[in-house]
Amino acid sequence: MSVDAKVKGIISDQLEVAVEKLSMETTFEDIDADSLDIVELVMALEEEFDLEISDQEIENIKTVGDVIKYIESQV
Amino acid sequence: MIWTIIIIAGFNSTLAKGESQMKAEYLLQGKKYLIMGVANKHSIAWAIAKAFNQAGAQLAFSCQSEKFMEKTAKLIGTEMDSPLMLQCDVSKDEEIDAMIKSIGDQWGRFDGIVHSLAYAKREELSGMYAHTSREGFQLALDISAYSLTAVAGRIYPLLNPGSSIITLTFDGSQRVVKNYNVMGVAKASLEASVRYLANDLGPHGIRVNAVSAGPIRTVSAKGVKDFNRLLDNLDQKLPLRRLPSAEDVAGATLFLASPLAAAVTGTIVYVDCGQHIIAT
Repeated sequence: MSVDAKVKGIISDQLEVAVEKLSMETTFEDIDADSLDIVELVMALEEEFDLEISDQEIENIKTVGDVIKYIESQV
Repeated sequence: MIWTIIIIAGFNSTLAKGESQMKAEYLLQGKKYLIMGVANKHSIAWAIAKAFNQAGAQLAFSCQSEKFMEKTAKLIGTEMDSPLMLQCDVSKDEEIDAMIKSIGDQWGRFDGIVHSLAYAKREELSGMYAHTSREGFQLALDISAYSLTAVAGRIYPLLNPGSSIITLTFDGSQRVVKNYNVMGVAKASLEASVRYLANDLGPHGIRVNAVSAGPIRTVSAKGVKDFNRLLDNLDQKLPLRRLPSAEDVAGATLFLASPLAAAVTGTIVYVDCGQHIIAT
């Protein structure tokens, strides 16, 4: 499975939104993710991809595309 | 001959282990516990709930909002025998009263509480403690420390003699942990509350203790700036050469809830693989 599909799958699972609704431009605000949701998502991503996402990176993440690009740069 | 002895010793220790595991299944048989503070599957409160459930306890869960309630219900699934689900934002006295009334109506008396919740604004968990705002200070202490007192003070008439109240703390209360800031002050207040509550409620046969957990990856911990960095190579510095898990914390909490800890009150049990004895 591509990073793209994996990340979307995790976001869809964690935030309970249909995968079809997630595009690269979808912001976390669009899908009503609060700060706790974001932290949970980060934990799920860290677990799945066995990496650490720093607080600074988290602050830079605004869209689904940002997450995918970041993960792709790390794996 | 030597081999015989070894085999017998090995056999005995297996037997002893099996026996103690068997007993753990009955440690809280017939007891009813309120668990406060499950957020997700990583929550220490969730590990505790699973351990208590396995030990035979009946559980009630209190959740801050409808959203947390749904998430908790999903986690529980069919794993537990229809626990009570209660909504309670601990910053509101009327919600605490309503929760207690609801438990009283449905359970009558019960056997204890696990208090595993805290809150501070994210911006207070970085930079200088000296810059903590009045509002941020009040909020952190209100949710993270006063909530235990507010609940304990109202609920103890419903607790059976032999009951146990357990809260979760962190050593940032005693020593300076980078970015833990106002939460360290809140945990110090929580630990002091444990001692005063233990003294108040002891005559009613109620024990009050805290478990001081080492750093564990939970959503609360991740709220502390650069939490991941706290864990870097930490395991190699600890006496046990590993990091504690939520299950480790659940084990100590189960002990404190059980009759095994019948004479333990007002204390802080460290479940940190020995971190608190190490000078860094």
